[in-house]
Amino acid sequence: MNVLEIAGLTVDLPAESGRTRILHGVDLALQPGRIHGLAGESGSGKTMTGLAVLGLLPPGAATMGQIRLGSEDLLTLPPRQLNALRGRSVSMVFQDPSTSLHPMLSIGHQLTDHLRHHLKLDRKAARRRAVELLGQVRIPNPEEALRRYPHQYSGGMRQRIAIAIALACEPKVLIADEPTTALDVTVQAGVLRLLRRLCDDLDLAVLLVTHDLGVMSAIADDVSVMRHGLVVETGARGQVLTDPRHEYTRSLLDALPGRSTA
Amino acid sequence: MTPHLLSVSDLEVQYRRPGQLPTRAVAGVSLDVQAGEVVGLVGESGCGKSTLARAVCGLTAPTAGGIVFDGTPVGPLRVRRREPALTRIQMVFQDPYGSLNPRRRVGAQIADGIRIAALRGDIPVPESTDGPVEHFLTRVGLPASAAQRFPHEFSGGQRQRIAIARALAARPSLLVGDEPISALDASAQAQVASLMRSLAVESGAGLLFISHDLSVVRLIADRIAVMYLGRIVETGTTAEVWDNPRHPYTQALLAAIPQPDGAGRLPTELPGDVPDPAAPPSGCRFHPRCPRAFDGCDREDPRLNADGVACRLYA
Repeated sequence: MNVLEIAGLTVDLPAESGRTRILHGVDLALQPGRIHGLAGESGSGKTMTGLAVLGLLPPGAATMGQIRLGSEDLLTLPPRQLNALRGRSVSMVFQDPSTSLHPMLSIGHQLTDHLRHHLKLDRKAARRRAVELLGQVRIPNPEEALRRYPHQYSGGMRQRIAIAIALACEPKVLIADEPTTALDVTVQAGVLRLLRRLCDDLDLAVLLVTHDLGVMSAIADDVSVMRHGLVVETGARGQVLTDPRHEYTRSLLDALPGRSTA
Repeated sequence: MTPHLLSVSDLEVQYRRPGQLPTRAVAGVSLDVQAGEVVGLVGESGCGKSTLARAVCGLTAPTAGGIVFDGTPVGPLRVRRREPALTRIQMVFQDPYGSLNPRRRVGAQIADGIRIAALRGDIPVPESTDGPVEHFLTRVGLPASAAQRFPHEFSGGQRQRIAIARALAARPSLLVGDEPISALDASAQAQVASLMRSLAVESGAGLLFISHDLSVVRLIADRIAVMYLGRIVETGTTAEVWDNPRHPYTQALLAAIPQPDGAGRLPTELPGDVPDPAAPPSGCRFHPRCPRAFDGCDREDPRLNADGVACRLYA
C-alpha cells in the first residue's frame, strides 16, 4: 500500500530565457514503515522533489503529473487545503537545524504552536504532548527543555528537536532532506538510529534525501537514484548498492573514497 | 634527520570570555609536518582543530608552547604585515564564499599570491602576471578565461579551486586547509581534496589538512592525528590508524561511519556529548564517554606515548 505516490512529476522553473525543466517526469512511491532513500549529485533534483511534495516550490514554478496522498492530488489542491496538510499529514526535516529552528522562540513555543493550530489542542494538552515528543527523540529533561532556546543545544540535539516538531501532528509522511549532513559522524549515528526507530514505531513513510550512500545503506529500505531530473534506478537497498543496474549508480559507487583501493 | 618543516610543541590556546572561565581550546598539542607530507587532523566539532590551524597561520595567539616553521618561530600576525618568511604558510579556508573578495576579478586575486612570492624574492618580479595566473588556473583545472571573471560566477567547488590557486601562487612550503571541503557538494569534495594533495606534494610542500570527514582524510593523508577536546589522542600512518585504531575514541569515530555496503547496518553511536572545553573532565578527557574506561581513568591524565596513543590501556 502506497501512502504517497509521485507519478510523472515535471517541474519547470522560470529562467532568463523562458523556462528550465528541473524535473523530467519523476515516479516515486512511499510505503508506511519504510524509508525510501533518494540519492544523486547536487542539482539532480532530489531536493526539488521533496519540496514539490510539500508545495514549497519556488514562485513561478509550473508542474505537471500527480502527487497523490490518499485520495488527494497535492499538485491541484487549493492553497488553503494544502496548508492544512502541510505540517500535519506531510512534514519535513531540513539539513541545518541551526537555521530551521527559530532562534528567539523557546523550544516549547515552537513545539506547541502547530499542535494547537492543527490539532486544536488546549495549552495543557499541547504541553503534555510536547513533553512526550521530546522524550521520544531522547532530549534529556523534557519538562525543562520546553523553557530553553535552540542555542542552548548542540547540533545533534537541535536536529532531534526539529524531528520532534516535524512529528508532532503524527504525520503519515516525513521528508528528511540531508538530515545528518551538518552533523559529526558520531552524532549522525544517533540521529540515524532515531529516524529508523521512529519510522518503525510510528509506521511512518520517510523520504530520505541524501548524497551519502553510507547513510543510505544504514537506514533506507528502498533506494532511488536521480540524475538530471529523472529517477534512473529504483530498487531494494541491497540490490541498488551492491548490484546496480544503471551505469550512473555504478559510477557513484565507484567514486566513493576508498573504493578504488578496496 | 632533517628538521621538521612545521613543528608544534605543547601548544596551548586559550579563549577568554567576559564573566566565564577561560576555555582552553587547544590544551597541549605537539604535531610535526614534514616537507612533502600530508597530515590529516580529524575530530568532532569543538575539539579545537580549527583553533590549532589558526595558530599555525598566526591568526590566533597561543598562550603557551611554540610553533616553529622552517626555523622561524610563528608569532601572532602583526597589523598589515606578515613576517616575509611566514608567507610561505598559506591557508585555504572553509568557506570559499567568504574567503574570496567578491568585488575583484579572479585573476587579480591570484596575482596577489604571485606578488607575495616575488616580494619574498623566491621568484623574479614578473613583467606581467597574466602568464603565471593562467598557469595556476590550469593547474587547478580551470580555464584561463576564469581570470577575467568574478567569484560569484563560479560554483562552490570552482571557488575553492580558485582559493587553492591563490594559495599556490604564493609558492607555499606549507599549505593549511581548514575544513576546505566541508562547504562543498558531496560530488566535489573528494575531487578538491585529491587536488590539494597532488598539488602540494608535487611542489614539495607539506599539507596540514583539517577535516571532520574521516573517509576523505583517509583518501589523501599520509599520517592522521585524531583530536579530542583540545588534545591529540592518537596519531599514526593512515593505514595504521584506519586498519588498527587503538584509542577507544578513534575506534568509536571509525565505527560511526556508515558503510555503503547495502547491508542495512546501523552505525554505532557514541553516547554523550563533547564536554564543555572550559570545564574538561578530570583525568582522561574522554573517560566519561569511553566504553573501555577502567579504575583510575577519572584521575590519571594520559599523555601521548611513544607509539602515538594517549590512553592508559596502552601505558
